Amino acid sequence: MTTKTAIAALAAAAGIACVPVAQAQVTYKEMADAMHAVMEADRTVYTRVIVNRLQEEKVIKASEHWKDDKALALPAQMFRYGAEMVAEKKMGFSYSLLSLWPVNKQNAAKTPAEKEGLEAIARDASKPFYKEETLGKTRYFTAIYADRAISPACINCHNAHKDSPRTDFKMGEAMGGVVVRIPMK
Amino acid sequence: MAKGRKALWIAWGVMSVAIGGYLGAGLVAESAAGSAWLGPARSLLLPGTTSHGHYQIELACESCHARPFGGKDGLQEACVRCHGAALKEADDKHPLAKFTDPRNADRLEKLDATLCVTCHVEHRPQITTAMGVTMPRDYCFHCHAEIAKDRPSHEGLAFDTCSSSGCHRYHDNRALYEDFLAKRLDQPQVLPEARLPGRDFRDVAAQVPGYPSQRYPVRPLREPDADAPPALRSKAGATREWLETAHASAGVNCSGCHRVERNDAPAWVERPDHGVCKGCHELETKGFLGGRHGMRLAEKLPPMTPARARLPMKPEAHDTAVDCTTCHAAHRFDTRRAAVEACLGCHRDQHSVAYEGSPHHRLWQAELAGAAPPGSGVSCASCHLPRVEHRMVDAGLKRVLVQHNQNDTLRPNDKMVRPVCLACHGLGFAFDSLADRALVERNFAGPPRAHVKSLEMVMERLRQIEEKRSRRQPRAAGR
Repeated sequence: MTTKTAIAALAAAAGIACVPVAQAQVTYKEMADAMHAVMEADRTVYTRVIVNRLQEEKVIKASEHWKDDKALALPAQMFRYGAEMVAEKKMGFSYSLLSLWPVNKQNAAKTPAEKEGLEAIARDASKPFYKEETLGKTRYFTAIYADRAISPACINCHNAHKDSPRTDFKMGEAMGGVVVRIPMK
Repeated sequence: MAKGRKALWIAWGVMSVAIGGYLGAGLVAESAAGSAWLGPARSLLLPGTTSHGHYQIELACESCHARPFGGKDGLQEACVRCHGAALKEADDKHPLAKFTDPRNADRLEKLDATLCVTCHVEHRPQITTAMGVTMPRDYCFHCHAEIAKDRPSHEGLAFDTCSSSGCHRYHDNRALYEDFLAKRLDQPQVLPEARLPGRDFRDVAAQVPGYPSQRYPVRPLREPDADAPPALRSKAGATREWLETAHASAGVNCSGCHRVERNDAPAWVERPDHGVCKGCHELETKGFLGGRHGMRLAEKLPPMTPARARLPMKPEAHDTAVDCTTCHAAHRFDTRRAAVEACLGCHRDQHSVAYEGSPHHRLWQAELAGAAPPGSGVSCASCHLPRVEHRMVDAGLKRVLVQHNQNDTLRPNDKMVRPVCLACHGLGFAFDSLADRALVERNFAGPPRAHVKSLEMVMERLRQIEEKRSRRQPRAAGR
């Protein structure tokens, strides 16, 4: 190889090396949005295709005490059991279903970020709420998404439930929020 | 140094090494727990009297302290190994998942509820209370201090009564949750249809995974079918006894129990142990090994005997080793005998002694005599080894299983309500009877003198909610 060719090859290699390789970097917001999209889709399918359909066909009901009543688990419970299974994997991130008007008081907003977020989505259900917060010794990226009433079953049950603080939910309204927490490195 | 002195020093040295060696061997050797001469070394090293739940296996240190320097996580693994499945089955209301949620991080700082040992410390008899809890009784306060806000009826109630009044339990609330009570507010003391379930193993045996239906198809066997070696067949009328059993009528031949694989070759065992029963009765054996009768066998220790027990036992049963055939006498395998006589052959505590002559016993005698329908009698086993509906998830099968793990319904005793009491009694009556300790000692001879207020509180709360709702939406006249 002549010197000229060698220098040209070296320059070409250097040039190629300088082109930034497509780096896969997902932001906390993108990850939270992606996870929420999957959670929302799965739960909506469960609500519409399984719970509503089978209730309409009078095959089986959905009930809070599904084991004892030999009924289907409620969509909120299906969501929660998934969250518990994920918690057992100890991957760090967590998600839950909270509300300003919860049936079970343990699901009320607890941290300041949760309170702020649930109020924000109650005012405007179309915009997710993002915040960073420190719980225990860890810093988290917390995203809160509006959880709307997508089926008459949602509002009928909550409005009639003896432990529900509100009895006037309407279709399409944000009844609570999905809270996704990702530990920040 | 004087010769005498030197000899003393040497003697002291030798003795120290010998004693240290002995204790060290006792601590480290794996077989020490069951060994007759190394066992006492472990006893010497055992700190503090162990609790009622663990004393039987107290010398098998490795059962809990599986990893040297494993710390709290090592202990946690050991707890979960034995108790995890039962807690999951009981729909534990304070599971790990509740506390790994970061929003509960502040609660963990008050009480680390992710670890069993936070509240259940062993080897500390001076602070151990009921259920092996070593926390002060009012531990609920740490997270539920504000309960009076949600439940005004709880205003003024002391925090050490949360889990001792028969209303709430930390783990198992299956018989205690509000909606469960709400559906059973007005039940009579004795239900009109008072029956315990019957067993159905024979009907489902062939479908149970692992049941050897190829070798032993479920069909009745007769004397010529017996496959024991001819020399043993006439031994002590065993064949005659076997013919009267459910085994013979379900196709289980002599070889089913006596022929065992040893070193890859079939061998004839005269006295098989529980390992053989496991082949067909896996769930019952698993229950037995998890309970008070079989937990020593589960930890590879010599079997439990009344001599080792803390409960009062009959002196004549002092050395009876507990295994399947102790209660289910071979070859009879008479389950009726196993339900009462087997128990009373060893147990001599107040409750057991009071059984004969009690109302439950009279029902049992009537059932045995054919004067009362099957399932109306109440034996020791009816309550302590109850027949429960069991879902075999992998096989897609439901069957009635005799729960051989008596811990399942023992402490706290409201665990007995759903699988047992509610078959015949109303919920309020069951709660009251179980809460009356003196009545339990008298084996339920007489009415309960205790009263658990939970049903009234639920009734009152439902009434208040109904009132609030009707005030909010006044009904139109004429409706």
